[in-house]
Amino acid sequence: MNTSLSWIRRYVPDLDVTAREYADAMTLSGTKVENYEELDRDLSNIVVGEVLSCEPHPNSDHLHICMVNVGAEEPLQIVCGAPNVAAGQKVPVVLEGGRVAGSRDGEKTEGGIVIKAGKLRGVESHGMICSIEELGSTREMYPEAPEYGIYVFPEDTEVGADAIGLLGLHDAIIEYEITSNRVDCYSVIGIAREAAATFGKKFNEPEIKVTGNDEKASDYISVDVVDTDLCPRFTARVVKNVKIGPSPKWMQRCLASNGIRPINNVVDITNYVMEEYGQPMHSYDYDTISGHKIIVKRAKDGDVFTTLDGQERKLDHDVIMINDAEKPVGIGGIMGGENSMITDDVTTVLFEAACFNGTNIRLSSKRIGLQTDASQKFDKGLDPNTAELAVNRACELMEEFGAGEVVGGIVDVYPEKRLPSEVPFEPEKINGLLGTSFTEEEMIGYFEAVDLKYDKEKNVIKVPTWRQDVLRTCDLAEEVARFSGYDKIPTTLPTGAATTGKLQFDMRVLSVARDIAEECGFSQAYCYSFESRKAFDRLTLDENDPLRNAIEISNPLGEDFSIMRTTPLNGILTSLGTNYNRRNKSVRLYETGNIYLPKALPLTELPDERMQFTLGMYGDGDFFEMKGVVELLLMKLGMNQKTQYTTDTLKNYMHPGRQAQIIYDGVRIGEIGEVHPLVRKNYEIGERAIIAVIDIPSILGFATFDRKYHGIARFPAVTRDISMVVPRTVTAYEIEEILAQRGGKILESYRLFDIYEGEHIMKGYKSMAYSLVFRHPDKTMEESEITSAMNKILNGLATIGAELRK
Amino acid sequence: MSDIEQKVKEIQDAAVSAIMGADGLDKLNEVRVAFLGKKGSLTAVLKSMKNVDPEDRPKVGKWVNDARAEIEERMTEMKNKLDAEKMARELEKEKIDVTLPPKMKFIGHRHPNTIALEEVERIFIGMGYEVIEGPEIEYDDYNFTKLNIPANHPAKDEQDTFYITKDILLRTQTSPVQARVMEQGKLPIRMISPGRVFRSDEVDATHSPSFHQIEGLVIDKNITFADLKGTLDVFAKELFGPETKTKFRPHHFPFTEPSAEVDVSCFKCGGKGCRFCKGSGWIEILGCGMVHPHVLEMCGIDPNEYTGFAFGVGLERIALLKYEIDDMRLLYENDVRFLRQF
Repeated sequence: MNTSLSWIRRYVPDLDVTAREYADAMTLSGTKVENYEELDRDLSNIVVGEVLSCEPHPNSDHLHICMVNVGAEEPLQIVCGAPNVAAGQKVPVVLEGGRVAGSRDGEKTEGGIVIKAGKLRGVESHGMICSIEELGSTREMYPEAPEYGIYVFPEDTEVGADAIGLLGLHDAIIEYEITSNRVDCYSVIGIAREAAATFGKKFNEPEIKVTGNDEKASDYISVDVVDTDLCPRFTARVVKNVKIGPSPKWMQRCLASNGIRPINNVVDITNYVMEEYGQPMHSYDYDTISGHKIIVKRAKDGDVFTTLDGQERKLDHDVIMINDAEKPVGIGGIMGGENSMITDDVTTVLFEAACFNGTNIRLSSKRIGLQTDASQKFDKGLDPNTAELAVNRACELMEEFGAGEVVGGIVDVYPEKRLPSEVPFEPEKINGLLGTSFTEEEMIGYFEAVDLKYDKEKNVIKVPTWRQDVLRTCDLAEEVARFSGYDKIPTTLPTGAATTGKLQFDMRVLSVARDIAEECGFSQAYCYSFESRKAFDRLTLDENDPLRNAIEISNPLGEDFSIMRTTPLNGILTSLGTNYNRRNKSVRLYETGNIYLPKALPLTELPDERMQFTLGMYGDGDFFEMKGVVELLLMKLGMNQKTQYTTDTLKNYMHPGRQAQIIYDGVRIGEIGEVHPLVRKNYEIGERAIIAVIDIPSILGFATFDRKYHGIARFPAVTRDISMVVPRTVTAYEIEEILAQRGGKILESYRLFDIYEGEHIMKGYKSMAYSLVFRHPDKTMEESEITSAMNKILNGLATIGAELRK
Repeated sequence: MSDIEQKVKEIQDAAVSAIMGADGLDKLNEVRVAFLGKKGSLTAVLKSMKNVDPEDRPKVGKWVNDARAEIEERMTEMKNKLDAEKMARELEKEKIDVTLPPKMKFIGHRHPNTIALEEVERIFIGMGYEVIEGPEIEYDDYNFTKLNIPANHPAKDEQDTFYITKDILLRTQTSPVQARVMEQGKLPIRMISPGRVFRSDEVDATHSPSFHQIEGLVIDKNITFADLKGTLDVFAKELFGPETKTKFRPHHFPFTEPSAEVDVSCFKCGGKGCRFCKGSGWIEILGCGMVHPHVLEMCGIDPNEYTGFAFGVGLERIALLKYEIDDMRLLYENDVRFLRQF
């Protein structure tokens, strides 16, 4: 929404503020000014001059030498290149040292261009005669300006007067961001009312004079609204003997300042009233209305209608149509039809100001694919009481401009009248909500400034129908807050019972995971939650892999963002690929983020959102380093049982011989492995890459931050080393199971310190060496106890084919 | 003075002089052997005791012992001195160039989003707020209806919201967590809820279809708009520095009334106006307001007894501002050259 400051001043004449003051104060009272442009910012020292003489320049085929009277004692000699310059003209003249906003092709220069005296092809020139473009404006706003050349004032313009002021350029265009609850502020009057209240000035709402001859509009036209749910009010008036012509300059400027091109008096009046009251209007050529009858009803599915822009529009039964006795003549609230539009030959005009269901207009306009200035006003949901004001205002302006003879009376179909509402006045509640101590009088003062009238008898505030946002006490509190100023409200902190600030347990677990990852060299990545189905192919998942059961977004931003991820791997691998492509060496990334597993598809209830801790790296580091990160995390989370790494389930996306499922206390908590070379290729990672994923919900039951002190061993430990040859297929886990089971309580720890395959070892076998530490918590051990434990271990190892090396 | 006394004195003087002249531990040891050793000159005096008149022997013994004590003391002193010199020489040899490059442990870096989030969490946990998360895939009902955004509200337009079914969507805000927490009915409430939200915006330097918000909610008896102002003022000062000022501007959100947008004084120029704040001196950081009584009612809380405030901060907005990141896309590319700067 835009207005010029001068248009606001039409209703708030005492508003003597700069554009900046206006913008700041309006923003702080709730009418947010997004931007403003002062039209005279780069203009100075420009007066009306009279061209006394105009001779061709001797050294040029297009320049003229003019003597210009600017009201000073001596006329000025000015060289002018405009094709239309002529003696006798009254023109805008920039005096020496003055500024214009830009060049004649309309290109503006920040800060303006200073005009100095100088010579043009050897002839002195003291100033410049300007075009409308040089004044920073356009022919849109000043249609009377020539296409090329200088602006010319009417003959009776006073010489020496301020040309900027005469052109109305001591003005500013204000651009507002209106919030959706303030439908009334999508109008100049609505904003002016706010401005008056903001600055404590008087608000002069236009008084609409009664117009019309002694004929009756109802003798000209009948209106039947069939679907009143979609059209709660329809008003119509008639103007005959219409004389199409230009509208007055002040109206053209007002429209232009809102970005609306002036066309002719009838169109300009409907547009002006639309901006002024926020009420779209429509004008029909009365003689094209068959049967002089208007019927407002739903279209039929499949109907086609040609709007006045010449486009065919497909309709359906939720679109409200304006029809005459035979045919549709307009899409209600959106656009009129070609068949009833005003032409220059029109003699009788039918003005419509109606109210349509806002939601229906919004949805219809979307379905039809046609958004207009009118539909954008209607879709906010207008006050039906404004319709009558608007149609009367239009007729008044027609009469005032001498544009036609207004027929008396109005045809008004308004079955359910909307009445002002009442909100109880509860000043203590308002102060209680705001934390303030305003008096009742102060509050009432703020209300009445915006026509919220206090009814003392009933102790209520009467809310006019245009204020659809004021429904209860909190809404009144807002009025008090914004007109007193949010900055006037004190700054306190909540009192009341203390509460415990804390993170949830799972967030603490994640925080530990982040710390561990970073300590181990992994940097944190953020990946998208949605991705393409192609991710499953890149990960080489089988056709029936359950991970392919992904939730689909019904209106995605393209295929790349079309499903909710069921695995975090695509994200981390894509990021590793990005880094590899950018030649970053030895990259380690981790991510904490959800995957989304549907319980059933299509979704009938919320899916299982599972937080995943995902690690990925290429370059330095191998599987076992990654395993170390996992173990470090589990250790830090107090998960002290031995983790199992099983290989009975194999995943396509990992190297078949270098992957494992991570099992803790019988529960699968994640997986780890080297990325399969084919998958790596799909992600364009040129080096071996290792990944690990921990399913956070699976470990929450095991993780703990409780710690207990177990004492420090007081008795000496005894170390025994075992070196053995075992079949290659025997895993460290199998050996360690035997060590742990058979070593008994006195086996404090064991550690693999050597593993070897190759020369001196039989083919199909490997050599493994463990260092075992025995210790008794309460005494120094006897040699015999250790021997006995060692024998048990050795017997056990024999069962899996281990042979001791001597 | 007897001859013996004289001799002992001479030996002592000779020994002290030899000690003083010793230029190394081995020399000192030679001195020890020469004077105090089994064949040393002072030992020789003791050995010659048998020739001394028994009456004089105690006296001679004392002279010798005094001399020995003196020599040993001097020797210890000298030894300490020589030890210290030796260590100094050794240490000197071990001197390193401390300006050589360090050996750094290769550690990872937190994402700026997380750093900003943890900062915000720290501030609010300190004020007694619990951190609570909610689902990212959410019912329409929680994302809209319970927040006073009824069916057909423009904010529900498909172009803003990603839908999965008619009733299930990707949450467009963290505000549904408000409704979820209020519904549980445990009062008072002081919570923040950070999390991922989704809007149908094409990726560019300032937009992402997925970003993060931090929701705040306080519900208690006698909570006022002034409390909201105070709380966010503390927050802004903690986050952007103690000189930071806040400005509350009226705004509209369906689920709060009155509502406000909050600007903070530009932390780059201190409010004078610069390129960073586009000359205004202020930077918009969040939206907030008093929880709408209808929202309270829908969640089973009596608005006549309880009031509250809510606010929502864009996490990326904070991160971009605070760390002067000029392109939002950097946050999701995960280029380590970017991440290592945090």
